[in-house]
Amino acid sequence: MEATASEATVSEATVSEALGPGASGKGRPVRQLDLLYTDTETELRGAVRALLDDQAAWRDVLARTETGQTYDTKLWRTLAAEIGAAGLLIPEALGGAGASYREAAVVAEELGRSVAPVPFLGSAVIATTALLASGDDELLTELAGGTVTAALTVPFAAGPQSRPPTTVRLAPPHRGDEAGSYRLTGTVTGLADALPADVLLVPADGVPYGLYAVRVSEEGVGKRPLVSLDMTRQLCEIRLDEVAARKVAVGPAAEQAVAAALLAGAGIIASEQFGLAEKCLDTTVAYVKERHQFARSVGGFQAIKHRLADEWVAVTQARAAARNAAASLAAGIGPEATLAVTLAKAACSDTALKAAQEMIQLHGGIGFTWEHPAHLYLKRAKADSIGLGTADAHRAALDVLANLPGPEAG
Amino acid sequence: MLSDADGLRSQVAEFLAAHDPQSTERLEFLRARFDAGLAWVHYPAGLGGQGLPRSLQSVVDREFDAAGAPTNHPERNGIGLGMAAPTILAHGSPEQKERWLRPLWTGEEIWCQLFSEPGAGSDLAGLATRAVRDGDTWTVNGQKVWTSSAHMAKRALLVARTDPDAPKHEGLTYFALDMKQPGVEVRPLRQITGEAEFNEVFMTDATVSDADRIGAVGQGWAVSMATLMNERVSIGGNAMPREGGMIASAARTWREHPELRTPGLHDRILRLWADAEVARIAGSRLRQQLAAGQPGPEGSAAKLVFARLNQEISELEVELAGGDGLLYDDWTMRRPQGANFFGRNPGFRFLRAKGNSIEGGTSEILRNIVAERVLGLPKEARVDTGPWKDLPR
Repeated sequence: MEATASEATVSEATVSEALGPGASGKGRPVRQLDLLYTDTETELRGAVRALLDDQAAWRDVLARTETGQTYDTKLWRTLAAEIGAAGLLIPEALGGAGASYREAAVVAEELGRSVAPVPFLGSAVIATTALLASGDDELLTELAGGTVTAALTVPFAAGPQSRPPTTVRLAPPHRGDEAGSYRLTGTVTGLADALPADVLLVPADGVPYGLYAVRVSEEGVGKRPLVSLDMTRQLCEIRLDEVAARKVAVGPAAEQAVAAALLAGAGIIASEQFGLAEKCLDTTVAYVKERHQFARSVGGFQAIKHRLADEWVAVTQARAAARNAAASLAAGIGPEATLAVTLAKAACSDTALKAAQEMIQLHGGIGFTWEHPAHLYLKRAKADSIGLGTADAHRAALDVLANLPGPEAG
Repeated sequence: MLSDADGLRSQVAEFLAAHDPQSTERLEFLRARFDAGLAWVHYPAGLGGQGLPRSLQSVVDREFDAAGAPTNHPERNGIGLGMAAPTILAHGSPEQKERWLRPLWTGEEIWCQLFSEPGAGSDLAGLATRAVRDGDTWTVNGQKVWTSSAHMAKRALLVARTDPDAPKHEGLTYFALDMKQPGVEVRPLRQITGEAEFNEVFMTDATVSDADRIGAVGQGWAVSMATLMNERVSIGGNAMPREGGMIASAARTWREHPELRTPGLHDRILRLWADAEVARIAGSRLRQQLAAGQPGPEGSAAKLVFARLNQEISELEVELAGGDGLLYDDWTMRRPQGANFFGRNPGFRFLRAKGNSIEGGTSEILRNIVAERVLGLPKEARVDTGPWKDLPR
C-alpha cells in the first residue's frame, strides 16, 4: 500500500505516546551512554569487513569446518597484524590498541556476520579481560600482537551469573620445581576458542582458589577437539596432568577476574549475535526479492513481508541492546554493565536464533542444503544462544537485578 | 560573544523584567512572549521565534518555568502545536501564518484534525468528505471520526475531496475549517474503556473560505503528509527513565504481592521487563540518532514494539490482580484530554492498550511500511487506480 495517514507516522512514530505518560516523571535517572557508532568505529568496521569479505567467504568457512584445522590461524594473524584486533582492549603501553569494549563489539558484529573461525571472543575479549582484571602485564603484552592466543578454561555454556564449577585442582609440586610455581590436574570440557590457544587461563581449586596460566606446550597438557554443533567455533576438552602453571590471581581477585571475563564475553557475544542476525535478515531480504514463484517475487507476499518486518524490528532492538552493553562495559564493569549485558544477551540470543531460523524457512529448500550458508548461521546462532548463558538464564538473573523475585522468594 | 543559549537567557531575563509573570495578565503575557520571539525559538522571526535550532527551546522553557511564568498549556493543544503549526509554517500563506500562529501558540485557539473517516482509516486517501467551490467559498459535507479535541477546537485541519474525477490521491484539498459554525456538529465517540477521548464530526453544508485553503487545490495529499510527518515531533524530548512506562505498575504489583507469584507469571514478567527496558534503550538510541542528524526508520519499530508491550504488560497486570482483576474502576462516560494510562486500574490499561496497535497507524500497516520502505520489498498490488468516483466502496 502506499502512503496513507497511518503510514506516514513511520518517521516520527508515536514514540512519545508509546513511551507513555510518565515519560518525564518517576524512576531513577539513567546514565546516558552513546549508543551510536563513532566515526572511528565505523572505519574499524569497514576495515574488518573488507578483510573478512576477502578471506572468510562462506564457502571457505564451510570448507574449513570439514578439515582438521577448524580455526583459521592465518586469518587471525592478519586480523591481529592489520587491524590490531587481538590487542584492542590492551593498553598501548603493553603493545595493544588501547581501545574499549565499544570497538571490540564492532569487530564482534563483523565476525558474527561472517561466522569466521577465529578466537577473537575467547582470546581478545574473555581471556584478555581476565588478565586486565588481574593486572597480568606480561601475558597481555604477549597477547597484544596476536601471535600468542589465550583461552579461559571455563565451559562455553557457563554464564556470568554465578561462579562456574571448577574441575581443576592444584597438584603437589614436583621435586625440583621452583618455589612459587604450581601444578594443575583436572579436565575441563566444552571450551570455546581453546583449540588454537597457546596459553590457558585455568581457574583451579586449592588453597586458595586461583587463576593460573598454563602453556599448552608444557608436558601433561592434552587437547581433544569435540564434534560440535557449531564447527565454526569448535569446542574442545582440555586435560591437565600435573602441568606446571604460573599464578595469575588468587582468592577474590581470581573470582573477580573470572566474573569480569564472563561478563565481558556475554556482552560482546551479544554484538556477535546482533551482527549475525542482521546478516541473516539482509541475506533473506535479498533472496525473497529475487526468488520468483507464482510469477512474482515471493517477497511481495504479505505473509513474508510481515515476518521480515517483525524480524527487522527485533534486529533494531537487538542493536540498541548490544550497543548499550558494549558502551556500559566500556564505562566500567559494575552493576549497570551487568544489567546491560544481561538484557543484551537475552535479547540478542533470541533475535539471532530467530533470524537464522527465518533465514532457513524463507529460503525454502535451498536453505536446508549443505551448499547454502544458512546452516552455518543457524548452528552459530544456536551455539551462541547457549554460550555464556542462555537467554533464559540471563532473564532469570533479573529477579535480583530488576528486583522481581520469583515465587520461591515468598 | 554570547552563545545562543546565553543570549536567549538574557533575552528572557529582559522580557521578565518588562513583564512581571506574577502580575501580568496571562494572555497578555503569552502574546508578548510570542511577539518577543520567545515562543518557539526555531520558528522564524515575526512568527514567535528567532530561527534558532530547535534544541534551544528547552533553554527558554526552563527560564520561564523557573520564573513561574504562565504557560500556554501545551497539553490542551497537542494537535495545534504538534501538527497544525508546522503544517501552516510549511504550506500556509504569509497572511495565514500571521493570522493563525499567534492565537494557536497562546492557546486561544485550539486545533483539531479532521482526517480519518468511517470509510477511510488505513486508506486515508480514499476519504469521501466533499468540498465544493462556489466563488470564494467552499461548502463541505461529510463525516470525520477519531477526532481528539474536536469539542474544544476553534479550528480544524481538514482534508476533503474536491475532485472526484481525479485519482484518489490527486483530488484532495487541504483547509482550515472554522469549527464554531452551525454546519459542524461534534459528538463524543465512546470507546471500549467507557470514556470518550475522541469525537465524530459531522459537516452538513459547513463553509470554509478559500482564504483558509492551505496549499493549492488538488495538493491536499502532500499537505496531509506534511502534517502526519510532524505527528509527535516531541520524540526529541526527555529520555525515559527505567520502568518509566507501562511496566511500572505491573512491577510494583509484583513486588508488593508475593502471594500472586507463580513460575509462569514470573517468566512472563521477566520477559516483559527485559523487553520494555530494551525498548527504552532503543528509544534512547533513536533520540541520539535524531540529535545527531541521522534520522532512521527505527521509529516505526518503536511504535510496533510499544503497542505489543503495552498490550502484553497490561494483560499480565490484570491477571496479576487476581480476583481484583475482575473489577473495573469506572464505566462512567468521561471526556479525558488524552490517553492517560495511569491513575486508573489495570482493567483500564488493558482496554486502552488495545488501541495502541490501531491508532497512529495499525501494526499491520506499519509492517507493510517497514517491509516496503525499509527492506525494499515489493509493494502490494494496487486495484485502486483511476478516478476516485469509480472505485468500489
